[in-house]
Amino acid sequence: MLEQYIGATVMFIMAIGIACGMVFMTSVLGPKRHFAEKMEPFECGEKQIVSPHQRFSVKFYLVAVLFVLFDIEAVFFFPWAILFKKLGMFGFVEMLFFIIILGVGLCYVWIKGGLDWE
Amino acid sequence: MEHIPAPAIDFISLAPALILSVFGMLVLLMDLFAGKNKNLLVFASLVGLVLAGVSAFAPKALPVVSFGGSYVVDHLSVFFTLIFVFSSALTILLSIEYNPRNGIRAGEYYALILFCTVGMILLASATDLIMIFLGIEVVSICLYVLAGIKRGDVKSNEAALKYFLLGAFATGFLVYGMTLLYGATGTTKLAGIAEVIHSGQTNSDTLLLLGTVLLIIGFGFKVASVPFHMWAPDVYEGAPSPVTAFMAVGPKAAALVAFYRVFATAIPEIGTTWDTLLMVVAVATMVIGNFGAIVQTNIKRLLAYSSISHVGYLLIAIIARNSLGGSAIAYYMMAYAFMIFGTFGIVILLGEKNSENLEIKNYAGLGVKQPAIALCMTVFMLSLGGMPPFAGFIAKFYIFGAAIKEGYVVLVVIAVLNSVVSLYYYLKIVVLMYMKDSERELELSMGPITLAVVAIAVFGTIEMGLFPDPILQLTQ
Amino acid sequence: MELLIFYPLAGFCVLMGLGVIISSSPINSALSLIAMMMGLAGVFVLQQAHFLAILQIIVYAGAIMVLFMFVIMLLNLKSAEEDTWSIRPQNTYVSVLTGFLALGALYKIACVISQAKLDSPAAVPDDFGTVVRVGTTLFTDFVLPFEVASILLLAAMVGAVVLAKNKID
Repeated sequence: MLEQYIGATVMFIMAIGIACGMVFMTSVLGPKRHFAEKMEPFECGEKQIVSPHQRFSVKFYLVAVLFVLFDIEAVFFFPWAILFKKLGMFGFVEMLFFIIILGVGLCYVWIKGGLDWE
Repeated sequence: MEHIPAPAIDFISLAPALILSVFGMLVLLMDLFAGKNKNLLVFASLVGLVLAGVSAFAPKALPVVSFGGSYVVDHLSVFFTLIFVFSSALTILLSIEYNPRNGIRAGEYYALILFCTVGMILLASATDLIMIFLGIEVVSICLYVLAGIKRGDVKSNEAALKYFLLGAFATGFLVYGMTLLYGATGTTKLAGIAEVIHSGQTNSDTLLLLGTVLLIIGFGFKVASVPFHMWAPDVYEGAPSPVTAFMAVGPKAAALVAFYRVFATAIPEIGTTWDTLLMVVAVATMVIGNFGAIVQTNIKRLLAYSSISHVGYLLIAIIARNSLGGSAIAYYMMAYAFMIFGTFGIVILLGEKNSENLEIKNYAGLGVKQPAIALCMTVFMLSLGGMPPFAGFIAKFYIFGAAIKEGYVVLVVIAVLNSVVSLYYYLKIVVLMYMKDSERELELSMGPITLAVVAIAVFGTIEMGLFPDPILQLTQ
Repeated sequence: MELLIFYPLAGFCVLMGLGVIISSSPINSALSLIAMMMGLAGVFVLQQAHFLAILQIIVYAGAIMVLFMFVIMLLNLKSAEEDTWSIRPQNTYVSVLTGFLALGALYKIACVISQAKLDSPAAVPDDFGTVVRVGTTLFTDFVLPFEVASILLLAAMVGAVVLAKNKID
């Protein structure tokens, strides 16, 4: 039962290992010369002008929400793509309706200017 | 490669939902290209609603079961479809004059009402837990937005935020309850659940019980029953008045019919385990709703508490868990639709240029200054209080009849006593209108369309009170 | 063997869940939440629900966490550190009372559940939880919910634009 996951587990462990290893190794092996300017947040070599703790504009929020919605839409495509041939015409038509309905949504968002960066 | 067979789909039984979805999208697209002229949107929405209402009668022989038993069109769902279509149409009519004067210019308003109606129609026919969940979500998402559609208004924003946060929380309970029910019985179909329980092959009675309790919490929130009612007064107050009327009728009826279907068709056999709990909820809902209404000074908050108390009466029909209860809920919600839309029509009529004029004391002297409107208001108040010969009396009569048939006499006695209490605050408004006088000018701020809605509502309230039989037969 | 994997995973999830509510910085909370979602995905894999595990990572750890981060960035991070919470005494009493009630209820539920006879779950078919199986069910038996989901997403899109757009017509 669990044997089927061995490959995935090994890959997962290696990925974590390499990522963590790289961070760890650089912090151990890398040269360390700290001075005040270097420890500041990087702003193209300029002196820091504003605090990094700034509030984002609310327009990011709209983009994020729309991203989530279309992401969920995309999720439905995975099983559909795999089953496409088996489902035949019926599967094609039902996905067509699904896309048309969401296409209306995309049209709406687009023309209303939801994708514009005001 | 073997093909997966396509399921048989009965498009005729789906017609109302299909038509409204298409019209909803049409209205949405028309809004993009129609510019400032919103009349076209209103017209298209109304046409869609009428077509949907007509198509509800299309199936020749009822009930029609489709989608492998997860969608059933029977007399109950057809009647509820009519309630939904009717209440949405009245909401749109009330909005025509209200929206421009209150800064609601968004054309999406009408599309959202149509999508909400789609959700309600699906909910009335859903006999599968997943379908019920999706229906509730479609309705809720549209309502969150509709409650906050007056974007410049702080109260409207508050209403939307409160409703959304609490509603999302309650949905969590609902889904968890459904999951446990599925875990206990191995199926999401209501008929299948009933079968498994009947044959005694449930995986675990404990899971079943926990699932039932969580479902009561989830549905309890959606229908605003005590102790899950705290959102209702704030949301009802903050939302635009036509939306408040809409919320009090359509979505509430939809949640109630799903509530009824789950409890009366899927798990009636374990009824003795949940009816005590639901009885406590029903009694608390009636008592807190009615006593809460007495102290209100804002008409919309008063109607919110009154709406809570009405849910208490309606829960009695679910506790009775017989088919009489189902048609009693249907009749009650139809009568309630007339009363509520009439009352809110008058509230909207009396709104002023810069404020909505919601203080109850401002209604003093209405009997002298606007005798016709005061008379209509009196009819609605008496009907809401359950006085004969109006629709509210017959509606309560059927609910109590369904409960007495199953032997819940004490519950009915409590409900009748509560009705008497409720008369106090309904009659208080009537007394204020006729017996007190005030210097305040009371002018009708809206035009003929809002007046027409009030007229339709008065007609319906009296007609359903005097001749209940034709409507009642539709529900059975 | 499965239990050997399950308990560390479940423990990890609980720890990270605690991390979400205990850590004072909202960013740390969000990161703990991501870690918890990953752990949950692992639990799903153990339950033979591969597809669900992938969805958990794509939708929750991916998309929804992005939304969370945006919301955190929308709020002013500094104010959270400077504000001191003022707690009214009557609120404390109510909270303590509610807490005890909740504890009592949980205890009661735990008692009931521990005595309940939970049958060992029935064996699942080999292809349970695979993309093919989930897809077949979704696109045939649950075709209506599938289409309704698109209406739901459409309504949500409209709602997002109506409520969050700066200037609307």
